[in-house]
Formats: sequence, structure tokens, C-alpha cells
Amino acid sequence: MDAFTTYTGVAVPLKRSAVDTDQIIPAVYLKRVTKTGFEDALFAHLRQDPAFVLNDPVYAQGSILFAGPDFGTGSSREHAVWALRDSGFRAVFAPRFGDIFRGNSGKQGLLTGVLSEEVIATCWAAIEADPGAAATVDLQAGTVTLSGETYPFEIDAYTRWRLLEGLDDIGLTLRDESRITQFEQGREAWRPQTLPVRER
Amino acid sequence: MSETAPAPQAPRRAGARTLAEKVWADHLVKRGEDGAPDLVYIDLHLLHEVTSPQAFDGLRAEGRPVRRPDLTIATEDHNTPTIDIDKPIADITSRTQIETLRRNAEEFGIRLHSLGDVEQGIVHIVGPQLGLTMPGITVVCGDSHTSTHGAFGAMAFGIGTSEVEHVLATQTLPLKPFKTMAITVEGALKPGVTAKDVILAVIAKIGTNGGQGHVLEYRGSAIRALSMEGRMTICNMSIEAGARAGMVAPDQTTFDYLEGRPHAPKGADWDAAVAYWRTLPSDEGAVFDAEVLLDADELEPFVTWGTNPGQGTTLAGEVPDPAAIADPQLRDSAQRALEYMDLTPGTRLKDIKVDAVFMGSCTNSRVEDLRAFASIVKGRRKADHVRVMVVPGSARVRLEAEAEGLDKIFTDFGAEWRFAGCSMCLGMNPDQLAPGERCASTSNRNFEGRQGKGGRTHLVSPLVAAATAIRGTLSSPSDVEAEALV
Repeated sequence: MDAFTTYTGVAVPLKRSAVDTDQIIPAVYLKRVTKTGFEDALFAHLRQDPAFVLNDPVYAQGSILFAGPDFGTGSSREHAVWALRDSGFRAVFAPRFGDIFRGNSGKQGLLTGVLSEEVIATCWAAIEADPGAAATVDLQAGTVTLSGETYPFEIDAYTRWRLLEGLDDIGLTLRDESRITQFEQGREAWRPQTLPVRER
Repeated sequence: MSETAPAPQAPRRAGARTLAEKVWADHLVKRGEDGAPDLVYIDLHLLHEVTSPQAFDGLRAEGRPVRRPDLTIATEDHNTPTIDIDKPIADITSRTQIETLRRNAEEFGIRLHSLGDVEQGIVHIVGPQLGLTMPGITVVCGDSHTSTHGAFGAMAFGIGTSEVEHVLATQTLPLKPFKTMAITVEGALKPGVTAKDVILAVIAKIGTNGGQGHVLEYRGSAIRALSMEGRMTICNMSIEAGARAGMVAPDQTTFDYLEGRPHAPKGADWDAAVAYWRTLPSDEGAVFDAEVLLDADELEPFVTWGTNPGQGTTLAGEVPDPAAIADPQLRDSAQRALEYMDLTPGTRLKDIKVDAVFMGSCTNSRVEDLRAFASIVKGRRKADHVRVMVVPGSARVRLEAEAEGLDKIFTDFGAEWRFAGCSMCLGMNPDQLAPGERCASTSNRNFEGRQGKGGRTHLVSPLVAAATAIRGTLSSPSDVEAEALV
């Protein structure tokens, strides 16, 4: 997982509230056996509407989403984060998020920042006044800048630290690898082995 | 709903620990500080084709190896067909999942027992059968019924796909300690009453979320009297009470089952292991967060009437009237369940006619279960209108059963004798109920559509399944005997 410090990309106004994980990625895409390659599944049903924002070519390279309240509620599927990540999104801003989605995002390197409904509305207006405009996220400072205005967003300290360090759950655990190795050296010989014992 | 009481039975003794606490403590790589989870070492990681593909894909994306292939083993079970196992799998999703597991096992150096292999079978049957499951170890698998392995005094629990990836990469899991609950079953089970009836009664008593966040420790004279197979049946369904895991303290029954199995410790290792295992049972005066008591003498054959494993009652009883249930949420749930199950309050359970009997699943497909089923159906014919499927838990169970001639008893009875796998427990392969079909099943979940879209499931023991297959209506073995005397 790459560390997240500052990032600049095309801002996308998703002017909807309660975009749940079923809308982010419909259940039919959950049968796959991969953890990547879900870009075709992102908002698959919403995309059937020609007027859907991501069908506008100006947002084709979009990577920072400004959404309405309650983004990512519903089913716990991690695929929702994978679909956003595979489509190039690095950050989502909304007034409220589904808890499980927000937890999953932090683990996969997708930044989820809380902005008030007023700020989101201001951002939507700014993007629509200048479609294709870039936004810049500065995680160290905890701000997002759009059309010359800088807004502070909320993110919990632990997730912020993990994103800045680029640590997924496994990366976090592997910081303690020497302790794991030490524990392994003390394991008793009677414990189960599925393969012939390796030389250590 | 829960009838659990916080008061411990024995006086609290400083330093006294439960079985679960001992196993946890002996696997701590790092104690979590300031609310962070503990880092817990995993001794044995079991894999199957459904929940592992994305875990391996995640490793590949990050360029990470499997840390301990020698503590990891895979088998094909959820999707495998139980007939024509030499032919290609028709369903494309099933085939893709199995082929993906084969590729991943090859690439990452994981031992895999494929369809057709003598050690292939349901992952929770294979671990104990090989002697890999043993007391005092931690076992995980991307499958909720991993709780089965707790019968040996292991800490065994199901995990999600991200956690599967985490264990593959690090052989550890960050976890918050579980709470403990003692389920004490004292007395002696009546003839015809089995481990399955005990666990169905436990779940009916504490509810499908009564065990949430807890490790259940089953104890008391009735549990100690059970075989390892019976203990596995009970621990298997701990998850149906919402618990993270179920455990039984290891004793001579456990050691006798394990000794001489292919992966059981040998020689001095065996002696060292047994000496350690004898220290594991909960100390006198250890405090559980909750306790539940059941009287074994009072238990009867049990059956579910609804669409969750907590909606059950004694087989001699009637379909309950939802109107009599005080809790509004439970009442609504019972009402919906009866509509789905097409049952009327007040109907005698023994008057309910079934279309199918499924004898199998990780709950009840070991050779002892097949023997129990055979003991009732031997020399008899199934009811004409009932389809009976007997699915052994593993290829080795199938061979063992055939060596004893059980297969002949089943086929003479009119049952289908199948190859090993999860089969109709969850219908990921073609073994499914048709819409509206009613099944007496030795499996673990009676959820809507679990055994096939629109299918209706009554959870029962192997003995009740056998008697039901003979009479065509939900029946106990004593009903079959009574009929034979007429």
C-alpha cells in the first residue's frame, strides 16, 4: 500500500446522498476470485443512466470524489473500496460515511474525509463552475484545496497515521515481524506441521 | 432472551484461568496497549476454495509470500460435486473457484487435497482426521464452522477473507480478547438423544446471538461422556448461537482419539504434548463472564420448526404459536418463519411430511454419524416419497464406511451414497432442494433458501434423520421401534 501524503487529481461531484455499497458495486460482481480489476463494476447500475456524472468524459480521469451524506452505508463488502481504488480514486469526501466502509477504506489506502454539508455544496458548485478542475489533498495538514479555497476535513488520528505511513493491516503487523520470529523460535515441537519441517 | 447469569459457581480464586484464557495467553505475540488489539499467533490455517482466492490475490498484489506454508493446508469442499467426480465441473463459478485454489496452492507452495484425493473432504472433517487438530492450538479458517475444532480444546474460529490474507502473510491476527461463557450440561443423555440434540437445545435456550463475543466452554458430566465426534458436533454449531468459538477441555477421550493419527506428535513429543494438554482445563474457581446450565436427563430429540437454528423444540412437541411469544421481534421472526416453512401453529411436529433427508455436513458426517444412521435404517426401506442422500464428510470417511459395509446398508435402504463434500448443507454444488421441498437435514443452518431456493429445512440428529427417512414424517427412533412391534 502506497503512503498518502499529498495528492492532486480531478474532482468529481457525486450529487447524491445515501450511496450505499450496493450502489457502489452491485452484488453480481462479488462472485469474482480476484481482489483487483473491479473498475468496470464501480457504480455499474448508476452508470446505466447517461446523465450519471462519471459518464461525462470531463470526469474520466476523476480521482477525488465529493459525495452527499451517508456514503458507503449498507453491506460490509470490501469490494466497494476495491472498485473505487481500481477506478483510480484516492479520496472521497462526504458529510457522513458508513462505518464499515470507512474502516475498510483506511485499510486499503483510500482516504475518506468528512466535510460539512455546506462545504460539500460549495465544492459541488465550484467543480461545476470549472468541470475537470483539480483538487489537492494534503493529509499532513488535513486539508483539501479546490478553486483556490482550502477546507479542513476530519479524519481520525489513527487512520491518518496509517495512511501517512502507507500501512495496511498486514504492513502494520509486519512492523512487529521480529517479535513474530521470536515467538516462533519458542514454539514446541509437538505443534502441528502440515508439511515436512523446514530447516531453520 | 439470554438466560445467562454472571454469577460464577465456584468461589473466585486469584490467578485461576479458563481453558480459553490459557490458550490465548500462550499465543500472545504482543499484548495490545491503549485499546489496540492483541497480536495472536495462529498454529494451523485451513483453506478452501471459496474464501481464499482474493486473499492470495492480495498477496500477489503486494509481492508477499505465505509466511508458513508448513502450518497451512487446503482442501476442496464447498463447490465439489458428489457424483461424477471424474468429470469436469459444469458450474462455471464453482469450477473457477476450484481451479483458482489449485493454481494458488501450486504458486505459494500450499499442501492441497483435491477432489479425488484420499484426504479430500470438508475442511473441518479433514483437520481432525489427519491429527492436525489438537489441544491447546489456535486454528483459523475462512469458514464460520471452524468452531468444530474447539472440541479438542483448541481455540478455533472463522475469519473473513482479509484475515485469511493476514494469516497467510504473517501467521498472526490482531484480535481483541473474547469473553467466556460456560455451558454446563450435567446428567446422562437418554437413549436416542445425541450431541446434536444437546446443541440444538442450547441454541434454543440462549438464542442465535446469546453467545455473541464469547467463547463457549461446554462442560459437565454429559459433555465428558461424549465421544470426540459428539463434541465436534456441539462445537461446530457454536457459531449458530452467535459465539466466536466453542471449546471442550481435553481429556483421555481426546488423547485416545488423537494418538497414532498421521500428524499427531510421536514419542517424546507426544509425552511433552500430553503433559501440557493436561494443564489446559479451566482451573477450579476460574470465572466465566456468563454461565448456562442444562439438565441432560431432561433432553429429548430436538428439531427446528423455523428459519434459524434457535427456532427449535422437542420432536414430541407442536409448531409454536407466534402469538404466544412475548418479545415482539421474536414474534415477528417466528411469524415470518412459519409462513416460509408453510407450517400452522399447533401442528404436531411428527405429522410433518418431508420430501428429502440429507445426511451429511461438517456437523454430522463423520463415520460415527454414518454408523448411527445405519443402525436405524439397516434392513429397512425408505418411505417411497422421500429422497435420501448420504454424503460422507471426507473421502476417507467414505472408504471407512465402505469397509464396514455401511454403503450397502444405505443403498439397500434406497438412499443415494455420494462422494465427500459440503453438498446440500448449502447447495453451492448441484445438490439442492427444489422450491417448496421440505428436508430433514443433519446440517447446521435452516436459513431461508440455504439448501436451495425456496427449500425448507428442519435440523435434526442422524438418528432422527434416519427414522424420518423410514416413516416419511419427522420421527424419532422410538417411533420406528414402536411401529415394528405393531
